Amino acid sequence: MLASDNGQSTMNFALSDEQQMIVDTVRSFVENELYPHEAEVERTGKVSPELGQSIAAKCKEIGFFAANMPEEFGGGGLNHLDFTLLERELGRASMALSVYFGRPSGILVACEGEQRERYLLPAIAGEKFDALAMSEPDAGSDVRGMKCNAREDGSDWVVNGSKHFISHADIADFVIVFVATGEEETSRGPKKKISCFLVDRGTPGFEIRTGYESVSHRGYHNSILNFDNCRLPGTQMLGEPHRGFELANRWLRATRLTVATMSVGRARRVLDLAVPYCVERKQFGQSIGKFQGISFKLADMITEIDAADWLTLSAAWRVDRDLPCNREIASAKLYATEMLARVTDEALQIFGGMGLMSDLPLERFWRDARVERIWDGTSEIQRHIISRELLRPLES
Amino acid sequence: MDKILVGLKRVVDYNVRVRVKSDGSGVETDGVKMSINPFDEIALEEALRIKERGDANEVIVVSIGNNDAQQQLRTGLAMGADRAILVETANHVDSLTGARVFKALIDRENPDLVILGKQAIDDDNSQTGQMLAALWNRPQATFASNLSIVGQKATVTREVDVGLEIVEVDLPAVITVDLRMNEPRYVKLPDIMKAKKKPLDQVLLGDLNIEEATGIKQVVFEPPSERQKGAMVDDVAGLVAALKDKGLI
Ligand SMILES: Cc1cc2nc3c(=O)[nH]c(=O)nc-3n(C[C@H](O)[C@H](O)[C@H](O)COP(=O)(O)OP(=O)(O)OC[C@H]3O[C@@H](n4cnc5c(N)ncnc54)[C@H](O)[C@@H]3O)c2cc1C
Repeated sequence: MLASDNGQSTMNFALSDEQQMIVDTVRSFVENELYPHEAEVERTGKVSPELGQSIAAKCKEIGFFAANMPEEFGGGGLNHLDFTLLERELGRASMALSVYFGRPSGILVACEGEQRERYLLPAIAGEKFDALAMSEPDAGSDVRGMKCNAREDGSDWVVNGSKHFISHADIADFVIVFVATGEEETSRGPKKKISCFLVDRGTPGFEIRTGYESVSHRGYHNSILNFDNCRLPGTQMLGEPHRGFELANRWLRATRLTVATMSVGRARRVLDLAVPYCVERKQFGQSIGKFQGISFKLADMITEIDAADWLTLSAAWRVDRDLPCNREIASAKLYATEMLARVTDEALQIFGGMGLMSDLPLERFWRDARVERIWDGTSEIQRHIISRELLRPLES
Repeated sequence: MDKILVGLKRVVDYNVRVRVKSDGSGVETDGVKMSINPFDEIALEEALRIKERGDANEVIVVSIGNNDAQQQLRTGLAMGADRAILVETANHVDSLTGARVFKALIDRENPDLVILGKQAIDDDNSQTGQMLAALWNRPQATFASNLSIVGQKATVTREVDVGLEIVEVDLPAVITVDLRMNEPRYVKLPDIMKAKKKPLDQVLLGDLNIEEATGIKQVVFEPPSERQKGAMVDDVAGLVAALKDKGLI
C-alpha cells in the first residue's frame, strides 16, 4: 500500500487521510495501553508475561500486529514511510512495553519452503517472537570480525561461540543468528564469510543467558547467547550459505529507520512536557519561559526535532522508491539520536533539580536516550558510512 | 431496524488548548489538530454495536462543514460506518441550522434512529438533538449512558442531575449520548484501507432547501479573563473568615 503516493511528482508534505488515521490510532493506543504501565516497569524493571501478552493481543485485534510485513503473509503491508510514521508514535512509549506491539524482523521474508510455516507465518501471527543476533564481545562495530562460527558436517552445521547484547532474546522463541562460515581472500585481505541461521529456543547446545543491566530502557532486556557444539540441520539456514551479510544489508537498514523515528517520537513527548513547564514554573516573579536563556532552548529543541523528523521521513520515502538511501538513512539515524540526546538533556535542565528525580519521567528519557547513539551502528559508524559515500566516488 | 444516522462534527481536538484569533474573528484552527467531537465518536460506537448485534442494517455518518470534514468522515468509515454524507458549507453552522440539515437528510434517508453527541466541545450548546426531535416530531432521549433496543422501542438510561433516569421511547427517535455510554474502538489497520473505497456523498447545504438560521450572530471572540490565584485555608472557620473578609457573605 502506498497511502502516501499520489502518483504526482510534486512535493507533498501533508499526511494522507490514511496516514493520519494510522498516526492517530497508534498514538491513542500508546497513550491508553502503554503509558499507564510505564511507572511500574521503571520501578520493577520488568513486564509481566501476562501484560506483554495482553498488549500483543490488543495489537493483533486492531490489525496492527506485524504491520511492516507483507500482506500476502498476513501482515499489515505498510510501506517504509507509513511504518516509519507508525513507529514514530510508538517511540513515545517505554520500549519494554512497545516491543509487544509486534514488528517481526523484516529479514524473515527471506524464509523459504517449510521455514515459512515454522517461522515467518507464526511471527506474523504473533505466535512466535524473534530476536536478532550479530554482536559479540569481540565484534561490535566490526561485526564481520565475528568469531562465532559454524562448521559444515554432512547436511548439518555445528555452531560454536557466543553473542552478547541481544535485545529481547529473553522473550524470544527463536533467534536469527549470524555466524562465520569460512574466509575468503579479497583484494583488501581476508574476509569472513557470514551465514544466517534460525535457532529455536531449547535447541541442544544453545543457551540464552541473562545479559547485563543497562542504564537505558529498563525492562527491555538484553541477553547473552552461548553455542556449544550446537547442531543445526541445513534447513535452519536463512538464505544462501555465506550470503548472510547481503541478507542483513538488504533488510537491516529498516532497523536504523526505526531507531531514528522512535527518537523523534520520544523527543516530541519530552518537548510536550517541557513547554508547559516553562510557563508554569516561576522564578524571580515570572515564568522561566520569559528568560531568553530558557526560551531559546525550546526554539532549538523544536527546530532540531522537525529537522530529524523530515530527514527520517524522507529517508523512508527513498527506501520505498528504491532510490539510493544508505547515506540518507545513516544521516537520519545519526542526527535523530544525537538530537534526542540534546533535547532530553536540555529538557532536564529546564526542570532543574526536579528533572533528576525519578518522580518525573525526565531522567528516564535522558537515560534512555543514551543507547540510541550506540546500538544499530554507533554515531561514529554512521559518520563513517556518510563520509565514505561522499569521498569514495572521488578516490581512485 | 434498517438505518441509523450518526452526526460527526469536526472540532479542535480536546487535548489542544484553544486560542482566540488575534483579530477576535474566531478560534485559531490553522495548524491545530482537529478530531471527531468525542461525544459523536461515542454515538458512532453505539450505532456500530447495535449493527453488530444484528439490530440494524446500515450506519450512515454525517458531517456539516467544509471539505476538511472528510477526514473525520473517513475515520468514521474506518471505524465501521457503511457510508458517509458531507453537507458542505463555509458558514458557521449553529444548532438550529444543524437540526434543519439533519431533518432534511432524515426526509431523504428515513432512518429508524438518529444518534448524536449530547453536545459538541467547540460551541458547547447541547441543542441540536433536542431541536431535531421537535422539527421531526419524534421522541428524544438525551444524555444517554445506556441504550437497549427491543423491536420498535428503545430503553435509555439518562444521566440527569439527581441520578439516573430510565425512559422508554418509540422509534424512530433522536438519542444524544453522554461520555459514559461506551469506549470507542480503535480503528483497525485493514479497515483504514477499506475506508477509502466506501461511499462518501457530498451535498451543498444550499441544495437542501432549508433556511439557514439567522437568530445568532457571532460578533466577537474573546478569551475568558484569567482566573485569580486561589488561596488555601486551614478549616471551615478560616473559609468563613476569608469570605467575610472579601465581603462575600
Ligand atoms: C542495549 C543494547 C542492545 C543491543 N541489542 C543488540 C541486538 O539485539 N543484536 C545485536 O546484534 N546487537 C545488539 N547490540 C549491539 C550494538 O549494535 C553494539 O553495541 C554496537 O554495534 C557497538 O558495538 P560495541 O558496543 O562492541 O562497541 P565497539 O565497536 O567496541 O566501539 C567502541 C567505540 O569505538 C568506536 N569505533 C569503532 N569502530 C570505529 C571506526 N571504524 N571508526 C570510528 N570509531 C569507531 C565506536 O563508535 C565506539 O565509540 C545492542 C547493544 C546494546 C547496548
